[in-house]
Amino acid sequence: MKIVIIKYNAGNIQSVDFAFQRIGAEAIVTDDVTEIQSADKVIFPGVGEASSAMKYLNDAGLNSVIKNLSQPVLGICLGMQLMCKSSEEGNTNCLGIFDDSVLKFTSDEFKVPQVGWNTITNLKSDLFTKVKENEYMYFVHSYYVPASESSIANTNYTIDYSSALRKDNFYGVQFHPEKSSNAGEQILRNFLEL
Amino acid sequence: MLTKRIIPCLDIKNGRTVKGVNFENIRDAGDPIELAIRYSEEGADELVFLDITATNEKRKTLSELVRNISKHISIPFTVGGGISSIEDVELLLNCGADKVSINTSAYTNQNLVNALAKNFGSQCVVVAIDVKKEQDEWFVCLNGGTKKTDTLALDWAKKVCEEGAGEILVTSMNNDGTKAGFALDITSTISEAVNIPVIASGGAGAMEHFKDVFLQGKADAALAASIFHFKEIEIVDLKKYLSSNNIKMRL
Repeated sequence: MKIVIIKYNAGNIQSVDFAFQRIGAEAIVTDDVTEIQSADKVIFPGVGEASSAMKYLNDAGLNSVIKNLSQPVLGICLGMQLMCKSSEEGNTNCLGIFDDSVLKFTSDEFKVPQVGWNTITNLKSDLFTKVKENEYMYFVHSYYVPASESSIANTNYTIDYSSALRKDNFYGVQFHPEKSSNAGEQILRNFLEL
Repeated sequence: MLTKRIIPCLDIKNGRTVKGVNFENIRDAGDPIELAIRYSEEGADELVFLDITATNEKRKTLSELVRNISKHISIPFTVGGGISSIEDVELLLNCGADKVSINTSAYTNQNLVNALAKNFGSQCVVVAIDVKKEQDEWFVCLNGGTKKTDTLALDWAKKVCEEGAGEILVTSMNNDGTKAGFALDITSTISEAVNIPVIASGGAGAMEHFKDVFLQGKADAALAASIFHFKEIEIVDLKKYLSSNNIKMRL
């Protein structure tokens, strides 16, 4: 199986690569269009800032490449947010794969960013096979996607929001499965099984 | 609901884990990779590695160690010690570190926090502040706590928060190594004044101390070293204890 991790200017790619190695899979980290298109599974990772990441993808022509992929694609953290319609971060137009908009957490009571382990509930996808309701995942983010019809998992922080999304072959998770202990690795394994 | 975090800290010297009291009487506490794996399996929520090696070979040794650790553990980890530039951070992130911790360099180069946040995102910038209490005021200390400044800890915490720090790690020099408990006053003062997570460090000696620092100290995470290395407190037991005291934990 050919697994490709899309390389662009939003880091943390190394930990995703290592996580696949831990579960016995080998991934290629590349921004080569042909390699991405010919992959069986595509990972779209990312941490950082939305507008500069989108600008990079647009300039590199990767925006239309990602949107037109037909194999399973997994967006992680910023990767998931960039798959949405737009983001309040830098008022960015994103890829528009998911119909959802990305909003900023606003709260006097809660700290922003949310940093740490929180639970995922209402699990509704094969992505979560063998993962139990209320399992803990590691999150680091200041922006969130409100709960919607595309939600396949929810998390509560200031409000109930979408911690995972799905539309057709596109999957997105707000948390970091590569940093979420055994349950996170199970999600990566499940993705490879899709 | 978001849980509070328990973070073991590994002080690294020449590739080994060491622990001293106030940086003196340093004793060997084992292989950092073995310890990291043990902590990851025992339910630590994150790990922090502080490199205290002072040699020219340092960067190379550290980046290799970071790479080895990152390969083996599936929880987030932070690397600190002598990081003073964008290039330093880039190297460590490329080796698989999730966050970096900067301390003295953030103070001596006050553009650094902002530059790192812009380049890599706030989520990977932890600003460590060593604080010391003198005449009822908490001051910022530099160079491993040896050099006291006239800057108030609270002012500095607010400043780095505005500059784009993602988290603040507060270590009390008065409490560090004493095992008499965390500095609850300055931890809660900073935690209530900034809108980013605060990690408390220095002084952990008993499970009650963690309860106090979460409830009274308003900390989002608590860090400790020797009590975990030498198994004086097991992480599993600590998390069960805190959970039974209605503090949200990942069990």
